[in-house]
Amino acid sequence: MSDGVVIRAVGLKKYFSAGSGLWGRRKVFVKAVDGVSFEGRQGETLGLVGESGCGKSTVGMLLSGLHRPEAGRVFYRGQDIMKLDGRERRRMRRNIQVVFQDPQSSLDPRMLIKKAVGFPLEVNRLARGAEVTRRVEAMLAEVGLRPEHMYRYPHEFSGGQRQRINIARALITGPQFVVLDEPTSALDVSVQAQILNLIKDLQRRRGYSYLFISHDLSVIRHVSHRVAVMYLGRIVESAPRRQLFSAPRHPYTRALMAAVPTPDPTRRRPLALLPGDVPSPVHIPPGCRFHPRCSEALDVCRHVEPTEVPVGSDHWVACHLWGGGA
Amino acid sequence: MDTDLLRIQDLSVRFFTYQGVVRALEGVWLSVRRGEILGLVGETGCGKSVLARSILRLIADPPGKISGGRILFKGRDLLALPMKEMRRIRGNDISMIFQEPMTSLNPVFTVGNQMEEVVRLHQKVSRKAARRICVEMLTQVRMPDAEAVLRKYPHELSGGMRQRVMIALELSCRPDLLIADEPTTALDVTVQAQVLHILSDLTRARETSVLFITHDLGVVAHLCDRVAVMYAGKIVETAPVEALFQSPRHPYTRGLLAAVPSLDEDREFLASIPGVVPGLIDPPGGCRFHPRCDGAGEPCRRMEPAGVEVGEDHWVFCHGIR
Repeated sequence: MSDGVVIRAVGLKKYFSAGSGLWGRRKVFVKAVDGVSFEGRQGETLGLVGESGCGKSTVGMLLSGLHRPEAGRVFYRGQDIMKLDGRERRRMRRNIQVVFQDPQSSLDPRMLIKKAVGFPLEVNRLARGAEVTRRVEAMLAEVGLRPEHMYRYPHEFSGGQRQRINIARALITGPQFVVLDEPTSALDVSVQAQILNLIKDLQRRRGYSYLFISHDLSVIRHVSHRVAVMYLGRIVESAPRRQLFSAPRHPYTRALMAAVPTPDPTRRRPLALLPGDVPSPVHIPPGCRFHPRCSEALDVCRHVEPTEVPVGSDHWVACHLWGGGA
Repeated sequence: MDTDLLRIQDLSVRFFTYQGVVRALEGVWLSVRRGEILGLVGETGCGKSVLARSILRLIADPPGKISGGRILFKGRDLLALPMKEMRRIRGNDISMIFQEPMTSLNPVFTVGNQMEEVVRLHQKVSRKAARRICVEMLTQVRMPDAEAVLRKYPHELSGGMRQRVMIALELSCRPDLLIADEPTTALDVTVQAQVLHILSDLTRARETSVLFITHDLGVVAHLCDRVAVMYAGKIVETAPVEALFQSPRHPYTRGLLAAVPSLDEDREFLASIPGVVPGLIDPPGGCRFHPRCDGAGEPCRRMEPAGVEVGEDHWVFCHGIR
């Protein structure tokens, strides 16, 4: 593969069963991810942004193999990872790693940092004994921690340091693709800045490809090369970062941007008021999922689900206003 | 008439824990003026919620203790009031909205049930009249189909709707001061926009003073008239909102502003403040920010900085300012 695509997801779907009604007569499903396709390119960050419940974290879980999709494929450098058998799949996993949101619960409180960070090496039989120690030490240095930190427990670290440890653990097997699921959401701004800088710096030095999942548009803008906006289990718009932020096309993307208060009192503007709440993914509106909250909805939006159409170089929108019904 | 509705003078709050004495607030001075929205910003653990709770005397004792200072509300010291008197002030004169609206509502009673109870507790009206007042209140916070909402249980409402119920409830007795502790932090941006809009509309129309606690500088810039920045249990800078964002003077405020990623411009790397927020059991001596400050000198390590007025209504607590 020479087109620089590390990961390609095609038509991913993940439904969760949410009870079955009285005596199991009525099966109810949460359609968390409902037909999502994208590409992650070498050395780039794909930002995935959306509000709570839109399915963005589930997408991360599907890529990293923590959930199996109902439908769809994930290709790693052209290879369909769903088709691999156990041993090959485990080997593949080394190449795709995850960093989770909560730096507290993602580390075992009784495990020394050396053990926690070195564990992936041992499980994958990549190193043993002194070699593990050496590589853990090098990895900790890489994320800005000192060798003596190896012999401490998680509770001895601050939230920001714990997130550094999580990043070290994710990177130690030498992955090509890293899923970062809201890695800074639990952190204060001053610490968030440190972690975002670290993530970008590692990418620049080591060429990692990231899927960066966040609900925070400013953070997404800061880290991403490309951005995909999710709403109720679907990607509604995707484009290179500059393109998306300078010329957002989908009404939802625009509303999302206009709802963020700017940290500048001289440019105070009324925040966009999108009516209502995000509908439940159990009862997805027919037609375009966004139509009940869209001020520009046409009649066709109520009945026909729009498909993604190009509206610029590498810029895709799923909206009838942009010809998504054709 | 006094322009200050609330005046906090030299307030100190401590928590006595097994690990030691946590000096959560140390000599805090702050006032909230009539009709203004004052933003209180700071990072986790800086004491902003403790400050809010102290005003209503909601600090659990033990382990907490308000160890010094005065909180003057319309000239009366709240800390000296008997509990009965204090209870009358809560809800009637000062009310509070918390971050997580789910925990502020009782899950086993309907919304209507809980709202009516509050209304009837504070205003002597019949059940029927209370119901009518509730519908009115919900309509004011732009709740569609208020009647139906009253029949629902809290879990049937979304986070944004629950927070609107809380706003309606807290403003129902027309308090002079509303304390809002991170009321939109748990909400999505589009819902946050709705809630902020309602909150500012209603309080501006009624000239209710608001103490708005948040860690989100965007929200502060959007909503507030004046801002106080807190760090490690102390106020480090207070200023009108324009002055704070245009010419922040305290190194911590500057660091905080530079660390926020922007939606409108591209920066390769963010400025970050080195180190971490100190623990408050054994906070750094002198200026509490000095271990993380680029410009820290000898006096910063030894002495607490006094306030300096650097512009109209703009106060900074830093040795580097003269």
